[in-house]
Amino acid sequence: IPLPISAFFFPRTLQRRRYYFIMSLPYTESCPSIKNILILDSEGKRMAIKYYSDDWPTNSAKEAFEKAVFTNTQKTNARIEEIAMFESNIVVYKFAQDLHFFVTGGEDENELILATVLQGFFDAVGILLRGNVDQKEALENLDLILLCLDEIVDGGIVLETDANVIAGKVASGSMDAGASLSEQTFTQAFASAKELTRSLLK
Amino acid sequence: MAQPFVKKDDDRDDEGVLSISGIEKGAVLQEARVFNDPQLDARRCSQVITKLLYLLNQGETFTKVEATEVFFAVTKLFQSKDIGLRRMVYLIIKELSPSADEVIIVTSSLMKDMNSKTDMYRANAIRVLCRITDGTLLTQIERYLKQAIVDKNPVVASAALVSGIHLLQTTPEIVKRWSNEVQEAVQSRAALVQFHALALLHQIRQNDRLAVSKLVTSLTRGSIRSPLAQCLLIRYTSQVIRESGSNNQTGDRPFYDFLEGCLRHKSEMVIFEAARAITELNGVTSRELTPAITVLQLFLSSSKPVLRFAAVRTLNKVAMTHPMAVTNCNIDMESLISDQNRSIATLAITTLLKTGNESSVDRLMKQITNFMSDIADEFKIVVVEAIRSLCLKFPLKYRALMNFLSNILREEGGFDYKKAIVDSIVILIRDIPDAKESGLHHLCEFIEDCEFTYLSTQILHFLGIEGPKTSDPSKYIRYIYNRVHLENATVRASAVSTLAKFGAVVDSLKPRIFVLLRRCLFDSDDEVRDRATLYLNTLGGDGSIVETENDVKDFLFGSLDIPLVNLETSLKNYNLLTLTLFPRRLNLRTLTEKKATGKKTTGLGAPPSGPPSTADAYEGLLSSIPEFADFGKLFKSSAPVELTEAETEYAVNVVKHIFDRHVVFQYNCTNTIPEQLLENVTTFLAFEKPEGLPMVGKLSNTLKFIVKEVDPTTGEAEDDGVEDEYQLEDLEVVAADYVLKVGVSNFRNAWDSMGPDCERVDEYGLGPRESLSEAVNAVINLLGLQPCEGTEVVPPNSRSHTCLLSGVFIGNVKVLVRLSFGIDGPKEVAMKLSVKSEDATVSDAIHEIVASG
Repeated sequence: IPLPISAFFFPRTLQRRRYYFIMSLPYTESCPSIKNILILDSEGKRMAIKYYSDDWPTNSAKEAFEKAVFTNTQKTNARIEEIAMFESNIVVYKFAQDLHFFVTGGEDENELILATVLQGFFDAVGILLRGNVDQKEALENLDLILLCLDEIVDGGIVLETDANVIAGKVASGSMDAGASLSEQTFTQAFASAKELTRSLLK
Repeated sequence: MAQPFVKKDDDRDDEGVLSISGIEKGAVLQEARVFNDPQLDARRCSQVITKLLYLLNQGETFTKVEATEVFFAVTKLFQSKDIGLRRMVYLIIKELSPSADEVIIVTSSLMKDMNSKTDMYRANAIRVLCRITDGTLLTQIERYLKQAIVDKNPVVASAALVSGIHLLQTTPEIVKRWSNEVQEAVQSRAALVQFHALALLHQIRQNDRLAVSKLVTSLTRGSIRSPLAQCLLIRYTSQVIRESGSNNQTGDRPFYDFLEGCLRHKSEMVIFEAARAITELNGVTSRELTPAITVLQLFLSSSKPVLRFAAVRTLNKVAMTHPMAVTNCNIDMESLISDQNRSIATLAITTLLKTGNESSVDRLMKQITNFMSDIADEFKIVVVEAIRSLCLKFPLKYRALMNFLSNILREEGGFDYKKAIVDSIVILIRDIPDAKESGLHHLCEFIEDCEFTYLSTQILHFLGIEGPKTSDPSKYIRYIYNRVHLENATVRASAVSTLAKFGAVVDSLKPRIFVLLRRCLFDSDDEVRDRATLYLNTLGGDGSIVETENDVKDFLFGSLDIPLVNLETSLKNYNLLTLTLFPRRLNLRTLTEKKATGKKTTGLGAPPSGPPSTADAYEGLLSSIPEFADFGKLFKSSAPVELTEAETEYAVNVVKHIFDRHVVFQYNCTNTIPEQLLENVTTFLAFEKPEGLPMVGKLSNTLKFIVKEVDPTTGEAEDDGVEDEYQLEDLEVVAADYVLKVGVSNFRNAWDSMGPDCERVDEYGLGPRESLSEAVNAVINLLGLQPCEGTEVVPPNSRSHTCLLSGVFIGNVKVLVRLSFGIDGPKEVAMKLSVKSEDATVSDAIHEIVASG
């Protein structure tokens, strides 16, 4: 006896459920972490960038994020640390002439920690560039800026937030810094760096 | 880079100061040859490295060969004693992330630096080495790292501790041995060392609640200097509070005093962390909340945008659960509406909308109206959503809020924004009956001048459902018919449908609707004409016999009884794979095995003369059937799936046979009633499917048969039978049916030998489960893969487990699966599923098994 069979083949709907409670700790139990630090130029192009998170796996994803962040903050005149949210991330930013500094963290991150990192980075760059924080000077001293990035955050974990210490660490080893801080000894350089910070922070 | 590079000093021209303009990969790689010079020029080498880093920064990629070449050249630079150059070497090594065999080349140089007298070398060498090393090398340098953790130089100690935090992810067993040193470092006088040590110590102990609790207890007594470390301690304290359950008998929370004390810390970072932690305590009381709200309120008037943002964002969250607690801040919040930073202004507005009371609504709306014009669409959407919930909260205020929505609907705005407004109006119409007439009117006005086809059709559809039920349906007809004149074909077609709906429900309008629909018969678009014709016919407008009223309404208003998602996916597949929506049913073959049922003994208790059960036997059986002979090799046969419950009159089970291009179902029916003769039958049903691809779905089955009475005395069957039907359970074909259990001897090797390209990793929550092993077995059964290395056995009382599975997917694709299970307090099981296979789509298919199972 043939069996009448009505066959309807429909692939089942796929709904992926995501739970994070084991694989990644809730922020309340985790160490503060930085997702990226960016310096973009006046057109939003990269000066120096460092990503610590896998949220943007490809270069184009990174570029898209940078573009979004740049366009959306373009209108503001961030002389002091400003803040915004993009794609569930908190971005703190500060601009100096034609340079745009950004620090990104997750949406649950303590905003003030991010701001402290930004401030440390921004001021350290200010010290290293002897107060001339602009595109030209930054390009000329790109090595210092890259070292600065390396000294402030390691794999997303905050290494140091004190601008003087960061700048001191970068300058102590760098030949170029020695040259740019003219024939000063390190202690002198450090003192003048402190002086500079003060004037910058005013 | 667009800017021409201006050199630092003209007199240093010959030294080749870094020139960024027109940096190009090929040229830089050429320049990198200076690394090989016998007389190293440190400055020049530094510049070349900077250029290489610049290229990497710009997103340039090096091929494997290029990267290897650069890496080997860079290793030569360890000869130079120049500190600046060495720093750049460290940087480039980290960026190049060398492979394991390359790491060996630099290991000795880095280890030398780790023991150098220069602290800067030591700190950096530790960070570089830990970044690029793997577990095997780590044991060699472990001794140095332990020393470094307690080094008197804070930079060296921090470098070792931070590296420890990273290494804990990959080689936890080694890092856990450093506990004593880390504990010592927590007491360090250097602020950042304390912070890094605390973070590492907590991560080492995080699975041990008692240890975490002890750690928190000892540290909250106050030996923490660094604000960052204090923030960590606050996080760990909230964790302990959360895990220690609810309040104790006295009603006080353990450690609450510590959090409250942190509100008076000198660092704003700590104050905020503590305030936020308090607002997020489970079941926080208003007494506990008050001090936190007070400091947040102070932050609201800070001169720093970051502080205002942090405070208003936290208060916004508190307003969802404790709106009353936030009301005190309303005045400060209102002044933030005009904040320069629009994120802050939006958060302030939405908080106010949550905390506002009925009397403040009108004033608030006035303020928002001014504010709306100068914020971005994404913020406007947030505001619209807040207004919607406010309106649902205070239905009496619908007039003001509906007016506001209609005003902003008329203003400029993008699609998402307009859609949010329209959605809100629709929801208000649905939930507040009084708002219906004015809401529909606003929507009608909107479609008069709407540039978004999607929104127009949505509104027309909604009008068709709601409009006829209003007191004066006729007033909407004008708006709808205007669409037929003025819009594109899509909107015109949906206007026709809406007209038909009015005609179907409101009898008095019917003749006028017919007139309008007849005009649509001359439309330039096929769809519009077709719809008009169809509706005229259904409603009887062309003089034909009208179907019953219910049928018409069912046709016009009833929903499609096939889930649209399924239909859509099927159609997509149809396009992609040229798969027929209804796969071709190839043939049906019935083997009848007549069985004498006269003797009672053979009846009830008799074991069914079952079909062959082993794979070989199946293969033999199937290949003996001529129709299936050319189907090729049998890939897999499932275990029999029962389609009837046990102990029923007729037992039917089905075996799913998977071939490369076909699926064959083998139905085995067994009669258990001796008084009836049901010829025991085995029926085959075959479907064609795309080669090497899985096809999943559901079959509904009915057993139709003819019952013939059997004379118990003679055992003879009567000639005439009665036709009968028997509903069977549905049969599902799932992706797991396309998976074959095949073990591998060395899972680790097999896993490592497969590239990461086709690896898919995702996490799933399995919900509450009996036990971990029950969850593990459920997933193994679901996937139908072979457990390897005995990992299917979960040791008793373990809270996490890793299970390794392997198998072959149809199309002969090898699949390896690594399952990591973890169980949370209330038996919630979560799972991380990593799949590697030779084909990314297969990896996805395995995930789909879990996602849909």
